Amino acid sequence: MSQTDARSNLERVLESGSFAVTAELGPPKGADPAVIRRKADLLRGAADAVNITDNQTAVVRMSSIAAALLAQQAGVEPVVQMTCRDRNRLAIQADLLGAWALGLRNLLCLSGDHQTFGNHPGAKNVWDIDSIQLLKIMADMGDRGVFANGEEVEGEPPRFFLGAAENPFAEPYPYRPFRVAKKVKAGARFIQTQCIYNMDRFREFMARLGDLGLLDKVYVLAGLSPLKGPGMAKYMRDQVPGMDVPDEIVDRMVAAGKGIDDKAERSKAFRAEGIRICIEQIQEVREIPGVAGVHIMAIEWEEAVRPIVEGAGLLPRPQPLPGAAEAG
Amino acid sequence: MIVAEQKPLDEILALTEGAERVAVLGCGTCVTVCFAGGEKEAEVLAASLRMRARVQGRSLDATHGVVQRQCEWEYLDAARPSLEGVDCVVSLACGVGVQAMVERFPELRTVPGLNTKFYGLPTEHGVWEARCAGCGDCVLGLTDGICPVARCSKSLLNGPCGGSQGGKCEISPDTPCAWHLIYERMEALGHLDRLAEIQPPKDWSPGPSGGPGRIVREDLRRGPPPAEESEPAQPSSLLAS
Repeated sequence: MSQTDARSNLERVLESGSFAVTAELGPPKGADPAVIRRKADLLRGAADAVNITDNQTAVVRMSSIAAALLAQQAGVEPVVQMTCRDRNRLAIQADLLGAWALGLRNLLCLSGDHQTFGNHPGAKNVWDIDSIQLLKIMADMGDRGVFANGEEVEGEPPRFFLGAAENPFAEPYPYRPFRVAKKVKAGARFIQTQCIYNMDRFREFMARLGDLGLLDKVYVLAGLSPLKGPGMAKYMRDQVPGMDVPDEIVDRMVAAGKGIDDKAERSKAFRAEGIRICIEQIQEVREIPGVAGVHIMAIEWEEAVRPIVEGAGLLPRPQPLPGAAEAG
Repeated sequence: MIVAEQKPLDEILALTEGAERVAVLGCGTCVTVCFAGGEKEAEVLAASLRMRARVQGRSLDATHGVVQRQCEWEYLDAARPSLEGVDCVVSLACGVGVQAMVERFPELRTVPGLNTKFYGLPTEHGVWEARCAGCGDCVLGLTDGICPVARCSKSLLNGPCGGSQGGKCEISPDTPCAWHLIYERMEALGHLDRLAEIQPPKDWSPGPSGGPGRIVREDLRRGPPPAEESEPAQPSSLLAS
């Protein structure tokens, strides 16, 4: 395989200057591959690549790499998520050699949620390395063909399209753009942000990235999460640290169900409003200089992605070029 | 006790870069007993810093002192007069002491002079060994008083691995195999049947894995507790999985 062929569809789309769309696919709390295929059916053609979460919120699920391969075989290009919570530098490098060998090309490097939040709170955590060190290790592996210890990788080294996450809404706010700079310096080629509801703060964040000269160096995908109802909106506003949900968003969600007595109908109305808000958010972030695409996190609601992307006028997606998703 | 050892002289000197008046502050507790950071070590280090700085052509005045316990705020006030006009404090305490200094004297620059190593004891003159890892959920009752968390290189809980040879651990001939010691002790006490029990995965959350340690004893606390207690815990991000 030549180096050109190794480029992922996501990388090609971003390099072409098209406004990119990524989504999220959560593996099941079980070993049934059909779950991945069903979710892949919902997402195929609606996104350029789909993040496969890695024990999301520290809950044990099917391995990200295994689920990513199943998604790839089902015609959906995956972004493997790798956290530093569960594996040390040996396991991470070994698993990622395997991921590359299986034909997986996109990698999102994360620290990971603390296991206290998950379903095995008594587990010993790892964090042998952090997300920035992981980026650097994998960038060095791709660029220089070496492991974290400087030893040479045998044969053609993995050259993942490397991504990182950043939360513009976590404190201290002024530091966040500098952390992006650090991640870019370590090797991140794309950034997916935490869910955006406070557009003003996100605009400010993007402006700072511009001031730091980062917008020519990294593709920023604005993270958006459609709301299923006012309960989710309030929960995110009140309970999740690092989430900034303005009251008007909550109010809009509440208003969407006003006067509808039937529970199922009300739920439908909430979801329709959540999708509408998300579509409007896409229009807004498209106007912000430097935003290269959107990352739609429809949590356990993969059905929402296609209507959102379609509603935002982002269908059809650019056709994958031959070779982009051929492996697997 | 907490066992520590001094950092290399050049590293300490580099940490004080830019300072002209340095105070080396020892601690009269654990690190005095393990000869790493008591008054004598503070005096010797201050002299060494002066000499080393002179060799490097750097102007440096280094004094020394000691407090009885650097890990409690109120004990630090005794050092206040000796810190007048000082640019940088080299703390010869464990990591707790260094941070207690920073908390008590936030306007002062305090740098560490020691590397804090473990909770342990001297096994012969000049030799210290780890005995406790501060895991927060003591297993010594299961292992007849020998800790596999601190003393087995893999923190195994169900007997020795395949690397135990001649009573030694595979990582070094100087490291006793904790499980060999446990086995011998259980055998002597007639407890070997305990080794047949499968120990389930340990709950690591009471220790460092569960986050920074904090103990609250309401029976000892003075005055009303602070108004805002911890928020209900939630993951910090939805994206970071």
